[in-house]
Amino acid sequence: MAFYRAHILVDSGTAAVLKGANAVRNTLIEEIKSRGLDKEIKVVETGALGLAGAVPAIVVYPEGVTYANVTVEDVPEIVEEHLLKGRRVQRLVYKDDTPAVVKAAGSARSAEMRVVLKNIGVIDPTSIDEYIAMSGYEALAKALTAMTPEDVIAEMKASGLNGRGGAGFPTGLKWEFTAKADGDIKYIVCNADEGEPGNFKDRLIMEGDPHQIIEGMVIAAYATGAQKGFIYIRGEYQQSVANTERAIDVAREMGLLGCDIMGSGLNFDIEVFKGAGAYICGEETALLASIEGFRGESRVKPPYPPTHGLFGKPTVINNVETLANVPHIIVNGAQWYSEIGTARSKGTKIFSPCGDVQYPGVYEVPFGSTLREVIFGMAGGIKSGKKFKAVLMGGPSGVLVGEDALDRRLCSEDLNPGAGALIVLDETKCVVDLIRNCAQFFLHESCGQCTPCREGTKRMVELFDWWAAGSGSEQDLMLADQLATTMALTSRCGLGQFAGVAFKSSISLFEDEYLAHLADKSCPAGVCDMDKVEEEVRA
Amino acid sequence: MESCNSNCCVQCDAEVVAIVDKCGRTECNLIPILHQLQRSMGYVSNEAMEKVAAELGISVAQVHGTATFYSLIYTKPHGKNVIRLCDSPPCHLQGSGAIRDAITKAIGIEPGETTSDGNFTFETVSCMGLCGVAPAIMINDDVYGNLTVDAIPSILEKYFACCCKEGC
Repeated sequence: MAFYRAHILVDSGTAAVLKGANAVRNTLIEEIKSRGLDKEIKVVETGALGLAGAVPAIVVYPEGVTYANVTVEDVPEIVEEHLLKGRRVQRLVYKDDTPAVVKAAGSARSAEMRVVLKNIGVIDPTSIDEYIAMSGYEALAKALTAMTPEDVIAEMKASGLNGRGGAGFPTGLKWEFTAKADGDIKYIVCNADEGEPGNFKDRLIMEGDPHQIIEGMVIAAYATGAQKGFIYIRGEYQQSVANTERAIDVAREMGLLGCDIMGSGLNFDIEVFKGAGAYICGEETALLASIEGFRGESRVKPPYPPTHGLFGKPTVINNVETLANVPHIIVNGAQWYSEIGTARSKGTKIFSPCGDVQYPGVYEVPFGSTLREVIFGMAGGIKSGKKFKAVLMGGPSGVLVGEDALDRRLCSEDLNPGAGALIVLDETKCVVDLIRNCAQFFLHESCGQCTPCREGTKRMVELFDWWAAGSGSEQDLMLADQLATTMALTSRCGLGQFAGVAFKSSISLFEDEYLAHLADKSCPAGVCDMDKVEEEVRA
Repeated sequence: MESCNSNCCVQCDAEVVAIVDKCGRTECNLIPILHQLQRSMGYVSNEAMEKVAAELGISVAQVHGTATFYSLIYTKPHGKNVIRLCDSPPCHLQGSGAIRDAITKAIGIEPGETTSDGNFTFETVSCMGLCGVAPAIMINDDVYGNLTVDAIPSILEKYFACCCKEGC
């Protein structure tokens, strides 16, 4: 194996590539070669470094210096100064030389704590060797050789890991239901249909460290007795599909998937199922219908998937982030894991602040961190010197919170983080406009199967359209509130049940703004086009 | 199938059979089959759906129902280049409306339409997970983020149909 004195990691996440990361990488390789350094320095592509606001970015090892906002023109200077002369190019160093990646576990509350994301931006996601070098597949070896399936489930239950897809169901319990369910055939399904607007954490895991998910799934298969796994990735995530498929192929070649895994007698294989563009398929029963070849329509629960899932067989369905936590729990133990976080929310949570923040991106923090720590501490606060107004927690199906929530703790005891999206609004944004846009999203994505959701989302958009056009009335507010309640109580699945949540949570918080639209026919933020003629709008 | 000449049908049928064989002849492979058909034929025609149904031994209604349910499966011909504009909250708040207007101005069509020369189809879509670089669009497989109205003409430029092979 060749020895290199330095490695340069190039952030090749989607955000970086679209800002020219490939050109930077190519120039870097050419520049290194032209100076005869290509035997000493290796350029490695890696997943997103989590610096979406400052890409293209590269990290030079062994020093661990991160350079942000690198352009093709900057490359010769970096090669000349840093790699040849050993002097850092200070003007490009990210945030006073603090490497953005790999912050040690157990650091201060306000800092990032990378457990699931520890390899992101550090290893080459296409190399299984690098994953193994970072203790990858150690958890699987431990589970297969030193633990019984019952031990694994007991460990998972003791860890307190809850699902990370938004609902937060205890993972160990879910596995136990499937393990105890009758049936020769059982399935493990990874829900990678990350469609809730504002969420882009699962994409980062799949693009940057896909083996973690595979390892988590094989452990789940061992614990529950499943033979077959599916990773359902949304069709829009082409890079995720490619990286995950490649990782599965390599794992199979190495005997980590397929027959007799690690000589343990366990037979388990995984297939990537590419979605075809339907938000509703993030709902677990709709996802199963989609794998079976049908329209992505939700099914009535109970029975629940752990006993009656894919093709009617017992099925574990876990989110990407949930499964990525599994190897860390098995290697380090439930005790270690349960010491991170709060009493009811164990471990870390990955957040994806976006919207009007300075550094949108993906950040991992222990549960119990405050909203302020994530938005101001990590995402850099509000951009362009404006004032904070509100956050839509988790996406359109979450609640809207205002300034008084900034010091609340992100955990199930206090402020529920949902899947991790934090859509941040500054003072210039209009709440009615946001809520109207959320309603349009649900109208578009409703599968149309049940009446409360199909009709409710339609009427909701109609009402908000009127309000944003200056044709609302104060009575409408009560009407919309009742509609949201009815949908929550009667819709068949989560889509309709949660479609009115953001609106309901915003009424008391931004009552003045609603009344300005409804009574005074004015939009305080000046976003809504209020001067349409009433008859025309409400016809 | 009146509009389809027999020669095209034979080709289409052979293509469907090849794809069904490759993906596996069971109904649970319907979505992978539709993906593959679209890749090789550009869209999934009524004729192709009928053939898929016959090959899998399921009803045409089921194939049609599934194909039309998903936004990434096209059941009608679309433009050579497909522009997808995200209009979910993170992009909307960062000004996707202005981007929509700029695209309409540049290519003369509204979302949901295809240009008369068949070069562009323009559609608004739900979140593509590019919220960190909102507002964002995808043109075919290319992603463009942190968009401004001013950036649109130069981005679209390279997708315009050219009058010569080398590109104008």
